[in-house]
Amino acid sequence: MPIQSYLFLSFSLFAIGVMGVLMRRNAIVIFMCIELMLNAVNLLLVAFSKVHGDPGAQVFVFFIMVVAAAEVAVGLAIIVMMFRKVNSVDINILNRLKN
Amino acid sequence: MSLHDIIFWILSLWAIVCAIFVVISRNPVNSVLFLIATFFAISGHYILMNAQFLAIVNIIVYAGAIMVLFLFVIMLMNLNTDTEPQKSRLVHFAALISAGSLLLVVLSAFRKAELTQIPVTDAGDIGLIKVLGKTLFDHYVLPFELSSVLFLAAMVGAMVIGRKEVVEEKSTK
Repeated sequence: MPIQSYLFLSFSLFAIGVMGVLMRRNAIVIFMCIELMLNAVNLLLVAFSKVHGDPGAQVFVFFIMVVAAAEVAVGLAIIVMMFRKVNSVDINILNRLKN
Repeated sequence: MSLHDIIFWILSLWAIVCAIFVVISRNPVNSVLFLIATFFAISGHYILMNAQFLAIVNIIVYAGAIMVLFLFVIMLMNLNTDTEPQKSRLVHFAALISAGSLLLVVLSAFRKAELTQIPVTDAGDIGLIKVLGKTLFDHYVLPFELSSVLFLAAMVGAMVIGRKEVVEEKSTK
């Protein structure tokens, strides 16, 4: 396959992720859409690493996965804490964090 | 149309349809399951590009660990369609328009780019574990070790955030 197909696929997945972040109010689903965007970028990095013959990009993808795992652990802990306080995962609740 | 092309189109269609269902399904548990399906499609793409190491890591780390974590949290909170907050129709429409225009802008920017015509799915040995391991431990040892510190920090941070606040009550007494 030419690289253009992978560009199109990755951009589509990324746009769907952006749409989910804008569309949903559930904090966990928004988090999942961010994971989707990360995966779209990973796919494109691997495609370009194949084109240029550079294994460095795949190592970079590996590090992205590492950081994503750490990020999910901390992020879900924050969401669980928020749920324990206000009994909801609606992001509109976050408006009231100031008071 | 070769076998590679057919598999590519099937996997692409699978990934995009499942990604759309992640966004539009009302029940968060269904969203997680569709996201796992999307990750399997992306792993299939990695195998198609002969990036075997990343395909396995993607399945183990994303579909195995991260998504199970999401599923646990959703089941712990007992979220379902009834408790799902919904935005108004207008916001849905605006999100669709803005994401679509983002896609349009990026694609039109890349349409005339002079990209290489080398096919991506040529079998190469870049994605094999041997090559990646050598690269990782020759050039990227420091980030590798730092990521272990990051994991330790994330582990401690998740525990500190997630525990019940006993200390605060004691200090207020």
